[in-house]
Amino acid sequence: MKPNDVVLQTITTVAAFIIVLFSIQLFFAGHYNPGGGFIGGLLTSGAIVLLLLAFDIKTVSTIFPFDYKIMTAIGLLLSVGTGAGALLFDVPFLTHAYEYFHLPLLGEQSLHTAVIFDTGVYLVVIGITMTIIQTIGESE
Amino acid sequence: MTLLHLAILSPLLMALIVPLFYKVAKNVHTGWFVLILPVLLFSYFIQFLSRTSKGETITATAEWMPSFGINFTAYVDGLSLLFALLITGIGSLVVLYSIYYLDKHKESLHNFYVYLLLFMGAMLGVVLSDNLLVMYTFWELTSISSFLLIAYWYHRERSRYGAQKSMLITVFGGLSMLGGIVLLGIMGDTFSIRELLAQQDILVSHALFIPALLLILLGAFTKSAQFPFHIWLPDAMEAPTPVSAYLHSATMVKAGIYLVARMTPIFSESSLWIWLVGGIGLLTLMWGSFNAVKQTDLKGILAFSTISQLGLIMSLLGVGAAARFYDYNQYYVAATVAAIFHLVNHATFKGTLFMVVGIVDHETGTRDIRKLGGLMSMMPITATIALIGSFSMAGLPPFNGFLSKEMFFTGMIRVIEMDIFNLSTWGILFPIIAWVASIFTFIYSMILFFKTFTGKYQPEKLDKEAHEAPFGMLLSPIILASLVVIFGFFPNLLSQSIIKPAVEAIVPAIKESSTLKVNIYFWHGFTPELFMTFGVILLGTLLYVYSSKWTPIYSKIPEKLSFNTVYDHGLISMERGAFSLTRRYMTGFIRTYLVYIFTFFIGILSFTMISQGAFTIDTSELAPISVYEVVLAVILVLGTVTILFAKSRLTAIIALGSVGYSVALFFVLFKAPDLALTQLVIETVSVALFLLCFYHLPRLSRHEERTSFKFGNLLISAAVGVLVTLISIASHSQKMFPSISEYYVENSYKLAGGKNMVNVILVDFRGFDTMFEICVLAIAALGIFAMIRLRLTRRSEG
Repeated sequence: MKPNDVVLQTITTVAAFIIVLFSIQLFFAGHYNPGGGFIGGLLTSGAIVLLLLAFDIKTVSTIFPFDYKIMTAIGLLLSVGTGAGALLFDVPFLTHAYEYFHLPLLGEQSLHTAVIFDTGVYLVVIGITMTIIQTIGESE
Repeated sequence: MTLLHLAILSPLLMALIVPLFYKVAKNVHTGWFVLILPVLLFSYFIQFLSRTSKGETITATAEWMPSFGINFTAYVDGLSLLFALLITGIGSLVVLYSIYYLDKHKESLHNFYVYLLLFMGAMLGVVLSDNLLVMYTFWELTSISSFLLIAYWYHRERSRYGAQKSMLITVFGGLSMLGGIVLLGIMGDTFSIRELLAQQDILVSHALFIPALLLILLGAFTKSAQFPFHIWLPDAMEAPTPVSAYLHSATMVKAGIYLVARMTPIFSESSLWIWLVGGIGLLTLMWGSFNAVKQTDLKGILAFSTISQLGLIMSLLGVGAAARFYDYNQYYVAATVAAIFHLVNHATFKGTLFMVVGIVDHETGTRDIRKLGGLMSMMPITATIALIGSFSMAGLPPFNGFLSKEMFFTGMIRVIEMDIFNLSTWGILFPIIAWVASIFTFIYSMILFFKTFTGKYQPEKLDKEAHEAPFGMLLSPIILASLVVIFGFFPNLLSQSIIKPAVEAIVPAIKESSTLKVNIYFWHGFTPELFMTFGVILLGTLLYVYSSKWTPIYSKIPEKLSFNTVYDHGLISMERGAFSLTRRYMTGFIRTYLVYIFTFFIGILSFTMISQGAFTIDTSELAPISVYEVVLAVILVLGTVTILFAKSRLTAIIALGSVGYSVALFFVLFKAPDLALTQLVIETVSVALFLLCFYHLPRLSRHEERTSFKFGNLLISAAVGVLVTLISIASHSQKMFPSISEYYVENSYKLAGGKNMVNVILVDFRGFDTMFEICVLAIAALGIFAMIRLRLTRRSEG
């Protein structure tokens, strides 16, 4: 008899959404409160793992049709690119810059190049966690 | 670069193009092209004679490594010119001889002449360099080229054995010499021989003087095949005969003699030098001549005779060095004169004899004296040359060997009258050993000639029908043999032009006093030397005639006592020892290597802690301990102890997880929210991975047993723990300067626009580290992916 996972699956759809939101909150809050790219990435992949547990690998890969290895590469590229971008402005490698802008919806906000760097970290962490878990999960 | 440098390097340059001649002009023996060079060089060097005989020296410097003070300074004085003439002169004759000796179709001539030219250039470099390091470079090049030449017929096992042996021994000596050279360089702050000579009085009182002396002598003794390093020379006889004639009689083995002669002005102040050079020389003389008699191979006889003659020259140099203590009285310098004269004579007659042996080998197919005999009528010219050579070697008049042997006896008798360094008591041994060795020299010289050319002709034992050699092959030995006779009858031909400047180079002080008069006569009245020669001839003849009566004593000496056995067994046991040592400590178990690593860790750290007196306890800066910390610490310790004594893997994994979570709680307690968050998630993931591994462990090795208890492991782990604890207590108690964290506290918002200091440090202040940490993660992920997906071994099995 096939086990009935209705409860688990229903809760997962809600919970995964909340976890992802929490992880994005952690990621963006990183510069001012505890959090950042690393823990944000880990939590996002935690949400995906939850989906993996509730459904199966096939379903999840249709929901998230990413190749996580490429995601890792993009993350690395973002981080290194942020560092290398500093060179264009004749400052040392990985020098960050920030400025306060008035944005249409959000009002007065500061934009910081460290966020781009952190996005790289975020993507790499999701990429590697999912690569590892998927690889191990798919192996016999 | 001057013409002189070009002359020294020309053989090396010529070696570059020799293969070209071999390929292009296939019908002409490559040797003819090569021959031009040594002849040219000989005529070039001979023009220096007029200048050196007036006492002039020629110096030319080419920069090589000026920043290290290493320049290629060519320096020509009497001694180096004598050697340069020997090298190029005999080199020409050997090349001429080899043209007839080596078949141009059967032999790979390009190899032969490239090696030979390399060797010639290297020898010229050794004798003409003033800088010791440059000389060392050339010195090793002689070792290498001689190695290549000995193994010329590399498909023969004996050739390879001989080449390896000579390489090991001469390179051992060469490296020792390098050590000596470096010590000399430290003492005198220069590598130039002339500049070292100028500060001889400083060197003598220096603490490094004796080590430098010993190391340099080691180099000279190994190269010159002195006792007990002589063993490589007989095995080097596997080389083609022209090589033996050139390297192992006239040139390479004399490099050691050259070195001793060159260094005599620096080192002769020391009694050790005189005793070692004189004593070892005499020992070699005796040992070589004694062993030469028992050889049955013609080249074997010549090899041991070379050893013994080199010992003779060496002992004369040793005795000659004592002249310094007698104000360079001509009476005592006579030994050095004899050494130089015998050096020339030996080069002539030994070259002759080697070539003769080569001819006999070439024309009959054997060198075994038990098979040879009665060749006199078939090979009259060869026989004549051999007669001249061997009688000169035996020291018979009217050949040059007689003169130098008389001078040798004179030198040795002088030792009795010396009253320094215990020579007054032990000195009596010198003439006695010299005399006994001369008797043996006489015997083997006679064996060499009479056993080969007289007696019964045994054609059935020979591979070929014996007949006279072609004229071209005879030409070189004829020239050398006539030199033997000419130097015998007109010894003073050489005395002013060559011997005097060479002696002046060895004994520089004599130049100023200008008392040296080199006069060599056949007849100097009824002196003790003459009676000693009579005795040698008389006893030698008797012993030769009744040789069958006493030669069995050689078989009484057990084979095991020879130095060859020592060498062979030494090599084997060294290899075995190294092998078993490696086998013993490279067990292949990781736990053994971990034991090594931790033992060294403990040893080095505890030694440093104790020797530096580094342990201190300072409790003034400690924070108060709260209840939570105590409770958490107890949980942590309990978890750790559970891991150690857990009977199943599952328990250990869960206990490990509890340790990880309590660490996360510690982070909470110590106000590190980022760390706590990360630690919690990572701990969860890693425990899950552990469980995965546990699940996948193969059925067979799933022994649910407790960690095997070993006392050693306990000791080591306890020691590591205690040590690390002590070190962290000590380092906490010795804070040298305040932390730099104040800077981050002040500036993380001011400069980086962030309030989470940890994150600001991670992405901004020290973002470089983070960048590479995510690289590490990416590599780990790709590694796991590759390991699981690319199971090549499984795929090939399936």
